[in-house]
Amino acid sequence: MAETTSDKIPVTVLTGYLGAGKTTLLNRILSENHGKKYAVIVNEFGEIGIDNDLIIGADEEVFEMNNGCICCTVRGDLVRIMEGLMKRRGKFDAIIVETTGLADPAPVAQTFFVDEDVQKNARLDAVVTVADAKWLADRLKDAPEAKNQIAFADVIVLNKTDLVSKGELSEVEARIRGINPYAKLHRTERCKVALSDVLERGAFDLDRILDIEPDFLEVGDDHDHDHHHHHDHDHHHHHDHDHGHGLKHYHDEEMQSLSLKSDKPLDPMMFMPWLQNLVQAEGQKILRSKGILAFAGDDDRYVFQGVHMMLEGDHQRKWKEGEKRESRVVFIGRELPEEKIRAGFEACIAEK
Amino acid sequence: MSSEQASIASVTDRVRAVEIGAPVTSAYFLKDRAAFVCGEEKIALVGLEGEITNVEVHSGGILSAVSDGGRIVTGGDDGKVVALDAKGEVTLLATDPKRRWIDNVAVHGDGTIAWSAGKTAYVKSPKGEEKSLDVPSTVGGLAFAPKGLRLAIAHYNGATLWFPNMAATAEFLPWAGSHLAVMFSPDNKFLVTSMHEPALHGWRLADNRHMRMTGYPGRVKSMSWSADGKFLATSGADTVIMWPFASKDGPMGKEPAMLAPLQARVAAVACHPRQGVLAAGYSDGTILMVRLEDGAEILVRRNGTPAVSALAWNAKGTWLAFADEEGHAGLLEL
Repeated sequence: MAETTSDKIPVTVLTGYLGAGKTTLLNRILSENHGKKYAVIVNEFGEIGIDNDLIIGADEEVFEMNNGCICCTVRGDLVRIMEGLMKRRGKFDAIIVETTGLADPAPVAQTFFVDEDVQKNARLDAVVTVADAKWLADRLKDAPEAKNQIAFADVIVLNKTDLVSKGELSEVEARIRGINPYAKLHRTERCKVALSDVLERGAFDLDRILDIEPDFLEVGDDHDHDHHHHHDHDHHHHHDHDHGHGLKHYHDEEMQSLSLKSDKPLDPMMFMPWLQNLVQAEGQKILRSKGILAFAGDDDRYVFQGVHMMLEGDHQRKWKEGEKRESRVVFIGRELPEEKIRAGFEACIAEK
Repeated sequence: MSSEQASIASVTDRVRAVEIGAPVTSAYFLKDRAAFVCGEEKIALVGLEGEITNVEVHSGGILSAVSDGGRIVTGGDDGKVVALDAKGEVTLLATDPKRRWIDNVAVHGDGTIAWSAGKTAYVKSPKGEEKSLDVPSTVGGLAFAPKGLRLAIAHYNGATLWFPNMAATAEFLPWAGSHLAVMFSPDNKFLVTSMHEPALHGWRLADNRHMRMTGYPGRVKSMSWSADGKFLATSGADTVIMWPFASKDGPMGKEPAMLAPLQARVAAVACHPRQGVLAAGYSDGTILMVRLEDGAEILVRRNGTPAVSALAWNAKGTWLAFADEEGHAGLLEL
């Protein structure tokens, strides 16, 4: 990979179930005076009330790739639009892709992994999911798309918090955390969130997976859920037991997350083949994967992220002086084969 | 410079360098001027002495371009279809009412033009009569057949062949996957598409038999028929891949010929219009002229320069024009 991350145009995927407030957020991004110019790929032209010659209508065409991988779908229209946009490089700083409320985020995200040209010019910065505080809990029960969107998110904008009680809010947050404990969560009214919290997050918010625990505590000052119940393997596979003084720990029957860590270096000759085989075999179940890795004999931090069967990784930077060389990997998916994944990861530790 | 390149014949000192000043995406000749189509807004017309005239054709990105030798037709992200003639005059041919992107354009020998926006392909006769056809997904490419008024429309899961002047329903040629560029063989016997995957697909039009042309490491973005129509030269690998089309079976069951291997990806190919010679441009900036018969090479531009994005011969084959992704161009008289 000759291109460095910084040369690539950051792409934010904006998703969220019908009526959650995506358009509100998009209009805010486009109208706020931030000195940046965004190219915006939307599915409905009329909804954006801003005049901008870099608003492009998309058709949400999901194409299967002829590479024998059944979950390998891309947005064909997006490949074409990206190619056209690259002719206007220099006219914008970043790209925002809005998806329809019923869309599965996977094909959009995968487009940035699988297409050679797209990958050369752009990088997926973050998947931002706008969720409706009042209705999300219901949608998680009856709309698989809504659950996918939460599972995929790097950033969740929990909107319309003014329409729910404190109890309802902590309930819906617990539901979200049951599916995806790693996303950065912002509570908003009318999508009032600092744009720096949703745009150009960089590195896919990867560092968050290292400091997930502190963030879990700072969700809000009015909460006192300090009982975060984690073991050595930081196991987010919680059961439905309320500790009476904090965020409920829901176990989502279908969607889970799994976090693995090791303070001993990993053997890259073991880990990379294992990871590739794992996503090949279980890629339909694994929606998202990410990791920061410390390899034996390597002074660089290695980072990777994946969507279903697709992985993208690179040396990110040198480990800092005094920085704890800890490897951390997270998976979010359906019916994850937890024991198999844990055993496989353990086997990749270089010194036992 | 590799020693391999240093040892071959070179005409690099005979190239007239031209600075276009903006990324070039394709090149053509209009009479005695080379025309460099830029990524945005303009076409640079360059006289053989190197004098540049910039002509603004679109107010944004130029998404597609094609030439019949007399004019260049372009489609833009401003929703316009525009023609530039050899005199440097611009004519607006069509405007999409919703200002959608004009993704593809094609021209027919009789002056008919075609363009596409989204899933709709349009044709407009020289008299101004307009017709359209919707295909199931976004149009990836357009091409007119060399005989008759027949338009090939590439899209997801196949290609559609449409006779705009006939009432019959369009013929659909299925093949799974996303089809982008499309072209007919000069003898009108084969249709070839380049796919989103690194592969070509072909159909023999007599019986719609399939031809799979695979093995590329990268997507094929440039294709050119040899002057005699016996080979299709393609980019996408670290050699020029030449598919044989001389027999009635085309490349079915045959291996392609491979010419001019380098340690770089072939980015653009252009066959000489009259002789068995082609020009190949590479991702490392190298440009070679290659004789098809024996693979003999002549160096036109050295490596270590920006990736080649455009190559064109004039109609007589006496001039070669080239340009790269950063707007450096050149003219070579043979």
